[in-house]
Amino acid sequence: MHFEGEHLLPGQIGHFFVVLGFVAALISTIAYFTASRKTDIAEKQSWLRFARFAFFTQVASSAIIFATIFYICSHHYFEYMYAYKHASTELESKYLLACIWEGQEGSFLLWAIWNGILGTLIIIKNRDPKTSVWEAPVMSVISMAQFFLLMMIIGVYIFNVRIGSSPFTLTRNEIAGPIFSLPNYLTFIKDGVGLNVLLRNYWMVIHPPVLFLGFASTIVPFAYAYAGIQTKRFGDWVQVALPWALLSALVLGTGIMMGGKWAYESLSFGGYWAWDPVENASLVPWLILVAGLHTMVIYKATGHSLRANYVFAILTFVFVLYATFLTRTGILADTSVHAFTLDDTTKKVTYTLLLLFLAAFTLPALTLYFLNYKKIPSIQKEERTDSREFWIFIGSLVLFLASMFIIAKTSAPVYAAITGSKIAPPQQIEISYNKVLLPVTFIIGLLSAITQYFKYKSTPSSYILKKIAIPTLLALIITIAISRYYPMTFYKQGGGYLGAIYFALFAAIYSVLANAGYIWSGLNGKLKSAGASIAHLGFALMLVGILISSSNKKVISSSVVNGINLQVGKDPMTKEQDDPTENLTLIRQVPAKMGPYEVTYLRDSMGHEKGRKFYELSFERKDEVTKKTIEHFTLWPDVYLMKDNNMSSNPDTKTYASRDVFTYISYAVSDDKTTDTSQFKIKEMAEGDTAFYSNGYLILNAVVKNPDNGKYHFKPTDAALMADITLHSKDSMHYKANPVVTVDEFGVNHVDDTVYAQNMFLRFAGVTDNQKIKLGIKESDKIIDFVTVKAYVFPFINLVWTGLVIMAIGLLMSAIKRAKLSTFYAALALIATAAGLFYMFLYAN
Amino acid sequence: MCYLRVEFQHMKRTNIIILVGIAALITGLIVFSAADFSTYDTIDAAKKKPGTFVHIIAKLDKARPVEYDPIKNPNYLAFYAMDSLGGQTKVIFHNSKPTDLEKSERLVMKGKMEADHFECSDILLKCPSKYKDDKKQLEKTMNDQTTSN
Repeated sequence: MHFEGEHLLPGQIGHFFVVLGFVAALISTIAYFTASRKTDIAEKQSWLRFARFAFFTQVASSAIIFATIFYICSHHYFEYMYAYKHASTELESKYLLACIWEGQEGSFLLWAIWNGILGTLIIIKNRDPKTSVWEAPVMSVISMAQFFLLMMIIGVYIFNVRIGSSPFTLTRNEIAGPIFSLPNYLTFIKDGVGLNVLLRNYWMVIHPPVLFLGFASTIVPFAYAYAGIQTKRFGDWVQVALPWALLSALVLGTGIMMGGKWAYESLSFGGYWAWDPVENASLVPWLILVAGLHTMVIYKATGHSLRANYVFAILTFVFVLYATFLTRTGILADTSVHAFTLDDTTKKVTYTLLLLFLAAFTLPALTLYFLNYKKIPSIQKEERTDSREFWIFIGSLVLFLASMFIIAKTSAPVYAAITGSKIAPPQQIEISYNKVLLPVTFIIGLLSAITQYFKYKSTPSSYILKKIAIPTLLALIITIAISRYYPMTFYKQGGGYLGAIYFALFAAIYSVLANAGYIWSGLNGKLKSAGASIAHLGFALMLVGILISSSNKKVISSSVVNGINLQVGKDPMTKEQDDPTENLTLIRQVPAKMGPYEVTYLRDSMGHEKGRKFYELSFERKDEVTKKTIEHFTLWPDVYLMKDNNMSSNPDTKTYASRDVFTYISYAVSDDKTTDTSQFKIKEMAEGDTAFYSNGYLILNAVVKNPDNGKYHFKPTDAALMADITLHSKDSMHYKANPVVTVDEFGVNHVDDTVYAQNMFLRFAGVTDNQKIKLGIKESDKIIDFVTVKAYVFPFINLVWTGLVIMAIGLLMSAIKRAKLSTFYAALALIATAAGLFYMFLYAN
Repeated sequence: MCYLRVEFQHMKRTNIIILVGIAALITGLIVFSAADFSTYDTIDAAKKKPGTFVHIIAKLDKARPVEYDPIKNPNYLAFYAMDSLGGQTKVIFHNSKPTDLEKSERLVMKGKMEADHFECSDILLKCPSKYKDDKKQLEKTMNDQTTSN
């Protein structure tokens, strides 16, 4: 059958380049591998040239595939499954990229593109004949990763099993439906499913590229470690790989925290970190990577810890692959709010492919490592306990063990799937992680404070004591002062837990001060070499922020506090109060007490996007004696109601330097479109006409087309009519009412207006043939407009973001120094990164 | 014993620390966490151990009423759930009603069974709209869309 209106060419082009790229990646893997084993220079060079050609072919293919998907989605070619699933006509163009990496295929492609760019950079960096020894082995690893990434999206059939899922499949081939037997089936598909409303946010546009660059870049140290073994230059790779590892830690760390910032500022999870399996899966490689960074530094300075470098470089990438496996196979579906969920057939294939991907890198790498274990040089003499390298190594080990603890707990669903056990996450997930990681924080804080004051090889003890005395004393004083004047209030886990919080807080403050002190006293203020100290300072500041904001986070919307409701949720066994109830219902115009604030729900209004409704909440704090308002602000949390009735709630936050007031709508009544119109009395009215109701009369002042005012924001291209009505009640009060009717491809929508003082509903029910409008009037005894909200105060959360930005700058400074970049490029990179991060995390609140 | 001591002397301090660290990790995992883990249970199994924290995978019983009146109490939601083995229970959740509860296909509920109801402390919803990669769901969406116009 010939189908009408389909655009098949882009799909054919796209599919061709997927296959071409896949084959080219395979060829470049083989060619690079062969080149790496040739000793004859001329022969090696010709293999290299061939391998490069194949690699660049594949890079170009990936770019073309991406452009084709973009073209298909931006033109709303719903004959393609990918466009149907992820794009929609009402989707704003700023979310076009986001809808591409919403799907599995798009995000694998994004990873492949970064992998290709990194490979290209490595080829360019290794032009110099002195370093060119690395190109062949390093690139054979990167090409192999590219092969697997493109395999995930190739979508070809082998023995009736589809390998990978192609972004270019046709809707009519993928899903069954009566319309697909019609040649003009496309005319029935008016719109795509579109981007999930939860993801309609600028973070969805920028967070995935950064995170995937972070993931992709972890392959570089891995590839260099392999090259070290392959070329038998067992230690030389560390120097070349170190700047890459630093950059990788910077990008991955930023990517992870962007996810945290996103969750915090626009999702209603009530925080920036929840120990969700998907979050953990990305944190674990970062921790191993940071452990590896430190052992690389040890090796460069002393020749110790080379074997640890191999282990950490290998495991970082292995755990990136394992994270991919966890989050993409649907195995976490019952434990995570973010994980992909898949249907059964896709699940089996994805499962197998990702397991293959994981195995193809893990097994050879570990085998090679153990086969060459004896050949990897290691110094027989022990590190002294007063040497810097000893304590750095201990720190790395603690980070690594912490990461193993996290991943072991996160892998419970995998364990359950293998053994068939019924194991489920613990009752208090966060506490179960934090109680182990609080001591870890304490150790890491202490080590990152003290270790830099040690010298490599050995340190005179008087030197350390002299230099460290002041920061130690200051940290103690500050911690005691905090416990006295701004105590941590996390009482529900008991005194021991609270004590652990204080210990961790002390260590983190100590680290901030000691690292600041080291820049001044240890380096004499030489900022160029201060990258490590700055990164440690930032990390420690982040820990301070995390400890304070989590310990002293307060729910201010608690009903229990207000005495409105009975206490609920008592644990029957321990007879202790569970978490206090956290929601508060605000009735329109009726102030309610919320913590120190008096909060009033004033009104609702439509947003620029269809289906988005903002609620104006006025927060007022009065002086207890004088009753004067000393603080006043307005928050506009919103609810996004989509055409499929999927609802998403976006918080709004008032940010002060020392705390955030954070609120979101936890329950709102959706405008019910299916209300029976028979309850409305319909009046036909022309402009200027008057109608009576029980308590007065109303005048239709005007009918406005596509209004754009305080409440509605229609575009001239919309089809909306608003009735401008004034009510005159018997007690001579006047009220405005603006019911609206809109028409779109899904039918007629009424946006009713309500005049609470008169208990009146008004509906723009339609228009008549003779230029009149049909106005529905409904009077009701009890109309209550309300929203239910949750509100928190997060103290000092800005320290978390400030710390992150400082850490990123420190890492970048180290990377620049290690890579021996020219001053001009270094300054450029630093300024751009610092400005970007500052804007994103601190300014654009 | 003697042999052990000789071995021990030959080990480097770092190796010992690594072993101690790994031992600490394993102990930490077992002692701290094993006790923490709960289980997935059917409703009937949960009824046999009231007061124990469990996870239940069930779905909303759409034939019976969902009780939620945020004006009276925004922190009281009551509904009935049933699981694939036919177990049924009343569920009380002291929190706001998750949007899409009525449209959800699967509920992962955490909490404790009590005399006459399941005292729920957290609900994870699996909604059809989140199953974008589920073909059956897409077919349904497609048919709803194309027939309603």
